[in-house]
Amino acid sequence: MEAKTLVLGVIGSDVHAVGNKILEISLKEAGFSVVNLGVLVSQKEFVEAALETNADAIMVSSLYGHGEIDVRGLREALIEAGIGDTLMYIGGYLVVGSQEWTEVEAKFKNLGFDRVYPPSTLPEDFIPTLKEDLGM
Amino acid sequence: MTEAMILVDIGSTFTKVTAVNTRERSILSQSLAPTTPTDVSVGLQNALDQLELTSGALQEARVLACSSAAGGLRMVAIGLVEDLTAKAAKLAALGAGARVLKTYSFQLTEADRAEIIELDPDIILLAGGTDGGNSENILHNAKVLASLPKAVPIVIAGNRSVAQEVARTFPESFSTYISANVMPTIGKLQVEPARESIRKVFMEKITYAKGLNRASRLIDSIFMPTPAAVLRAGQLLSEGTAVTKGWGDILIVDVGGATTDVHSLGVGLPTKAGVVVRGLPEPFAKRTVEGDLGVRVSVLSLTEAVDARVLAQDTGWTVEQVESRVQALHKDPETLPQNPEEERFDQILGYHAIKLGVGRHVGRLSELYTPSGLVWIQDGKDLSKVSKVIGTGGVLINSRDPLMMLEGAGQESLALELRPENPSYFLDGGYILASMGLLAQEQPEAALTILQKSLSERELIRRDI
Repeated sequence: MEAKTLVLGVIGSDVHAVGNKILEISLKEAGFSVVNLGVLVSQKEFVEAALETNADAIMVSSLYGHGEIDVRGLREALIEAGIGDTLMYIGGYLVVGSQEWTEVEAKFKNLGFDRVYPPSTLPEDFIPTLKEDLGM
Repeated sequence: MTEAMILVDIGSTFTKVTAVNTRERSILSQSLAPTTPTDVSVGLQNALDQLELTSGALQEARVLACSSAAGGLRMVAIGLVEDLTAKAAKLAALGAGARVLKTYSFQLTEADRAEIIELDPDIILLAGGTDGGNSENILHNAKVLASLPKAVPIVIAGNRSVAQEVARTFPESFSTYISANVMPTIGKLQVEPARESIRKVFMEKITYAKGLNRASRLIDSIFMPTPAAVLRAGQLLSEGTAVTKGWGDILIVDVGGATTDVHSLGVGLPTKAGVVVRGLPEPFAKRTVEGDLGVRVSVLSLTEAVDARVLAQDTGWTVEQVESRVQALHKDPETLPQNPEEERFDQILGYHAIKLGVGRHVGRLSELYTPSGLVWIQDGKDLSKVSKVIGTGGVLINSRDPLMMLEGAGQESLALELRPENPSYFLDGGYILASMGLLAQEQPEAALTILQKSLSERELIRRDI
């Protein structure tokens, strides 16, 4: 079976590069074909990379608390580009301060994400779910 | 093998011939004659006849040629996303020395199809999708192109998973050439194989279609578009050979009546600390063509881009005087300056064409404020440390003050443009760049020596009083 393609990146004006690298390595080891856009990635870059690579999932990281503003409209942009059914994950420090996790999760699911992960999630915590979601 | 070699550049106006001695690494003789469009071999023979060579040496010499006659190599580039595969396809076509008539992204429509028929390109470069990525778009576009009434050579340089299928979409009357993907993965540009395929098609098909084959009894081999030969010369001059050191990063500028060409040789990585590079990486040998910046045919759009008021300020003329001169040059592109003021006006036009053309070619910086402080974003190539700028083409070579025009390459119009900061300027006064690009295919060492010598003798130095 052909490897599933993931587009990976840290969205917005966010320069946190370490977690992004760790994710890339873990996902490659898990057998995915990974397109890592790195840090400071705009919505447009996510959409365009997903289009060209025919991505199976988009993995968004946000670690500086502005994630909610940065990701607003991303699902709609994918729909406009004709790839609205692409699986979307997000994880990191998604909001500022201590907010109830269930509320945060609901907020981001509402913004079009299929899975939302809190801080300190390890790659092995979500990779099995990702494989399941992609029918692997 | 004989030591003499003859390099031919069939331009739209003149056919230029350079004979070299490859062992001595020197130019034996040069000549030129008007290009004869209906049968280029007539003009070529005229130029060859003027070479001051013994007939024996002439007969034995190998003859290599490049051409920009008959409108040059006219291409259409097609990709999927405008900033990704479509841009990569355009860069590949430009690097192959083509005139890119139009670049299309996403699925071709009925209107696009009609427009392509109208444009009547010599070759179509069809890209789209990374390897293993999107295949639907390139397959759709192949179907649209396969229905064109006139067969066009198609270079396929998209998603390699469907390259064969794309080729099979075309009827037998079309020639298709499968090349490596111009963008095999996001963030990786791979334009060399497509450039090579285009050159091959140009040799096999286009020279015939343009009647250049009639010159083939006089020419041994290698027909490539002239801009490709210039880029090849630039690459050799920049990188050098295993034996001889090159000049490092350089910029080549050619301002003409219709377009301004800019070639840069250099990786263009950031030269300042704390800069993050974004966007598609650009090729080491990058060529851009500005179709709206020229001093005759394109003088109206050049004036629009510069602003007539700026031209008035530079010349000391009134805006009305500027506009009337611009109209005159546009109406009759053959117009030559009749007095020193008009000559100066031409130079000011050239200066601005170069300034804008280089500004569009180089990368630029932008500021981004993040919660962790200020970050600089670089789009495109940082050419600020390029130390040598070379001018070529008739407008510069025949000018009384080419340095004044060329200095447009270094003048900052926007502080954030990454243009050469303090370069030395050189003139291709011997018209040899294209010829040495041809020679580089067979005798790189000789070509490099001749290039370095000829250009060094023509360094342009401002002599302040």
